[in-house]
Amino acid sequence: MSEVLTFLETLEARSQQRAEEPTWIAARRQAGAARFEAMGFPTRRDEEWKYTDVRAISQTNFALAENAEFSQAGAAALTLPIDAYRLTLVDGVFSAALSDLDSLPQGVQILPLSQALSENHEAVGGPLGRLTGVEFSPFAALNTAFMEEGAVVRLAPGTVVEKPIVLQFLSRANTKPTMCHPRVLVEAAGRSEATLIEHYTGEADAQNFTNVVGEYMLDRGAILNHYKLQEAPLGDYHVASMHVEQSRDSRYSSYNLNLGGALVRNDLISDLNGKGAEANFLGLFFGQGRQHVDNHTKVNHNAPLTFSNENYKGILGDRAHGVFNGKVFVKRDSQKIEGFQSNQNLLLSDRAHIDAKPELEIYADDVKCSHGTTTGRLDEEAVYAMRTRGVDEATARALLTLAFAGEVLEAVTLDAISERVELAVAGKLPERFNLTGLVETASALNE
Amino acid sequence: MLEVKDLHVTVDGNEILKGLSLSIKAGEVHALMGPNGAGKSTLSAVIAGKDGYEVTQGSVTFEGKDVLEMEIEERAQAGLLLGFQYPVEIPGVKNIYLLKAALNAQRVARGESEIPAPEFMKLIKEHLNFMKMDPSFLQRAVNEGFSGGEKKRNEILQMLVLQPKLAMLDEIDSGLDIDAMKVVADGVNSLRNQERAILLVTHYQRLLDYIVPDKVHVLVDGRIVKSGDAELAKELEANGYEGIEESAA
Repeated sequence: MSEVLTFLETLEARSQQRAEEPTWIAARRQAGAARFEAMGFPTRRDEEWKYTDVRAISQTNFALAENAEFSQAGAAALTLPIDAYRLTLVDGVFSAALSDLDSLPQGVQILPLSQALSENHEAVGGPLGRLTGVEFSPFAALNTAFMEEGAVVRLAPGTVVEKPIVLQFLSRANTKPTMCHPRVLVEAAGRSEATLIEHYTGEADAQNFTNVVGEYMLDRGAILNHYKLQEAPLGDYHVASMHVEQSRDSRYSSYNLNLGGALVRNDLISDLNGKGAEANFLGLFFGQGRQHVDNHTKVNHNAPLTFSNENYKGILGDRAHGVFNGKVFVKRDSQKIEGFQSNQNLLLSDRAHIDAKPELEIYADDVKCSHGTTTGRLDEEAVYAMRTRGVDEATARALLTLAFAGEVLEAVTLDAISERVELAVAGKLPERFNLTGLVETASALNE
Repeated sequence: MLEVKDLHVTVDGNEILKGLSLSIKAGEVHALMGPNGAGKSTLSAVIAGKDGYEVTQGSVTFEGKDVLEMEIEERAQAGLLLGFQYPVEIPGVKNIYLLKAALNAQRVARGESEIPAPEFMKLIKEHLNFMKMDPSFLQRAVNEGFSGGEKKRNEILQMLVLQPKLAMLDEIDSGLDIDAMKVVADGVNSLRNQERAILLVTHYQRLLDYIVPDKVHVLVDGRIVKSGDAELAKELEANGYEGIEESAA
């Protein structure tokens, strides 16, 4: 309990400094604090947290950041080389200097939460917290108690955003461990279309805690490609609660790519509420050292004629620990739905470990659903076969590991992102293994 | 080029090769024949560097270098290439990717530059046509879902691209129908030249109708019991291995 008190004291101290805020925010904050105080941090006795021990978070006294200072050069080295609209938070504090939100096209709003609140707090109050309430988890409650900053993205009906929208979360090597509780709120109106990239990264020596809550609302026919590239420093703790709401004929594709962090927990939930809605969940988690990466996903088929397709790949080396828990839920009488789920894991060492649990819960009879999970090792015969062709052992292993990630990586159409993943998973391959040139070679051959 | 001297090899404590000696010169095609269990595949596996084979005595040198001290990939880079009896599936790695990686690894090891993409393309196309293989093969994962015949053709395609100094082909004829065997044999024959040696490991004489060897060795119980020219293979066809074993005993 003393752990909870430490966080509540930090909250109280912050409240003293805070200017007066709209009553609805104060009320939610209080509800969050009360809920957090009542629940405490989850323990492994909680079914949802059975394989993830959060004491590394609960037993640390985290400070809150006071500013968003970050060297331009340092940030430039971390920023994805993509022509994009960019909003940057440094340890949860908005950095105008590291953001690029000028010349947004018509129908697109990308703004820090603080600005959205000061412009029109009532417009934020409606959607914020509608999908992820304080009941969801102790971390969602904690986030709600502390929430101050974040990103609000609004797409007007029919708006197609050509450039990706990057939300960049930088973690600094502070003198004291620091925490932040950012909010992401995306409202995609009817037939709008965008690519959103949440990029979590930071200074190598950082030891911070990011506790983000994301809510993504897709109105009728909206399309959202949602990349989450989590490259947090290896000393960072990262908890993300992501909740998607999908209306009729909307299409949501998640690319949940987790490479960094000491302790990582993702919850990704999509509610398919209208006919024709489609959710694609692609995931890749790569752990090394003593990293712990936990992915909990859930698709709720709340309406007939809805589709979901999930493919998560885990690659774990050293003493890394992975968790995959995927649920597909089909509501009573949601007929003609299709829900597919696959989880495959590759263990690169004897001490790496995965706990995988796929679940189906179906209350309708006319459905097509399947799920499966496998865990294996690199095929030593294949390593040998490649070596007999002159490919050195390290490269053979790297190529086979990359090949394992193949289906997920191939779906990533943004080169800047797939390159980061390849580098993390396979290391720097000698130039001669670069695929560039081969693709052209192959297509020319087929002519 | 290849000198095998008094080679003794054990697998799981059982001695499989019991003093095998063999000398192959550049330009020669040798056939190693013998009944099942004689140790034919063991020899090529030891030379390629497969795990699980313990050399207890003897030596293998290739162009004067101690093969048994070399890493698996160094052997390939030096020009020793094994064609598998059961080609291995390499899930997710495209054929074209492996071919280019292998060719460049070899070139870099020799101190040459990497092959430019257009030149590589031309080379591949030529060999594909020769092996009567569809370009779509290149986009498929190595051997994944290939039929037996396709796998064997693919082994020969790799040989044509990599141009080894010594090609060891382990039961390259097994599982092939007669048309596929002709294509594979044409591929092997096209590799024949004054600088290159070929070692065919085979159970049946059939393959040797298409690839006529310079020398034939009969391996029985871990030793070469008889060597001769192509006529020896025909004798075997007529009299079987038993006759040889008796005459050797």
